[in-house]
Amino acid sequence: MLHIVNKSPLERNTLDSCLAAAQPGAAVLLIEDGVYAATRGNAAEGKLRAALARLEIYVLAPDLEARGMAQVLSDGVKPVDYAGFVDLVAKNRNCQSWL
Amino acid sequence: MSEGQVKKIMYVNRKAPYGTIYALESLEVVLIAAAFDQDVSLVFMDDGVYQLKKGHQTKGIEVKNFQPTYRALDDYDINKLYVEKEALEARGLSEDDMCVPVEVKTAAEIGKLMDEQDVLLSF
Amino acid sequence: MAAIEVNGKSYEVDEEGYLVNLAEWNEDVGKLLAEGEKIEMTPSHWEVVNFLRDYYNEFQIAPAVRVLTKAIGKKLGPEKGNSQYLYELFPYGPAKQACKIAGLPKPTGCI
Repeated sequence: MLHIVNKSPLERNTLDSCLAAAQPGAAVLLIEDGVYAATRGNAAEGKLRAALARLEIYVLAPDLEARGMAQVLSDGVKPVDYAGFVDLVAKNRNCQSWL
Repeated sequence: MSEGQVKKIMYVNRKAPYGTIYALESLEVVLIAAAFDQDVSLVFMDDGVYQLKKGHQTKGIEVKNFQPTYRALDDYDINKLYVEKEALEARGLSEDDMCVPVEVKTAAEIGKLMDEQDVLLSF
Repeated sequence: MAAIEVNGKSYEVDEEGYLVNLAEWNEDVGKLLAEGEKIEMTPSHWEVVNFLRDYYNEFQIAPAVRVLTKAIGKKLGPEKGNSQYLYELFPYGPAKQACKIAGLPKPTGCI
């Protein structure tokens, strides 16, 4: 299953809700303002790192680059481009967008 | 529609009512899509649990009170309503505060149900 | 906005002829709306229209036809809770026509 998060972890609790529900082995894709969660120094860094132990975490690179955050991408988070986004959606049986 | 095509469809509601249009839009989509006879469930997480908090009185804000409509869901054969336990607790609410019969589940239990769905619609 | 006139009073209706303000409804308005649908109201027609108004008051929606059929069967008996009976009364769609006559908005899910 694929979970998509598009809100900053410091503005909304969306990431927390996602991580609480996501089952081991699920994929999480961070897009739009959601990408800030995958950057070094962000207050959410710890919970994201903990989640990496049981979840596959991806970040949409164009959104990261647009925000000038590509250089501080957290280790273990896999950047994908738009084609990679499509692949993730196609590969997973279903998808929940945490609006 | 034949039995073989019945899909599991889950509506995920995570927004408080009235502040945004999400809650009402979700309810309308649920009612419209009920015509397709699918295996439907509704979950209420985070501020979405406020949608079911008994006793909405909307006269003062001049907005239609759509809470009574949740009680019609049973007529539409929609009776799987799940409410997130942690969300209730964080808001000082309990199952007794809900305006319709619901099943309280933890976020992780809801996550398991999500895994089983064919389609998830988020509001 | 269009309007219809009943007993010298004007009532706003939308582009499809549905009453805009359901609180303004009365039986004479219902009769005129029925004329527009080429329906002559009988006690059986009023029974369905009043059922719909009660349903709306309780649940704040006009039910889909499938739901209406089932709910009428429960309340008024199985001989009335079937689509044949309801279509005989309202040939162009019980939910659509009866809702219009009842002064309710178009049923949710009705195209």
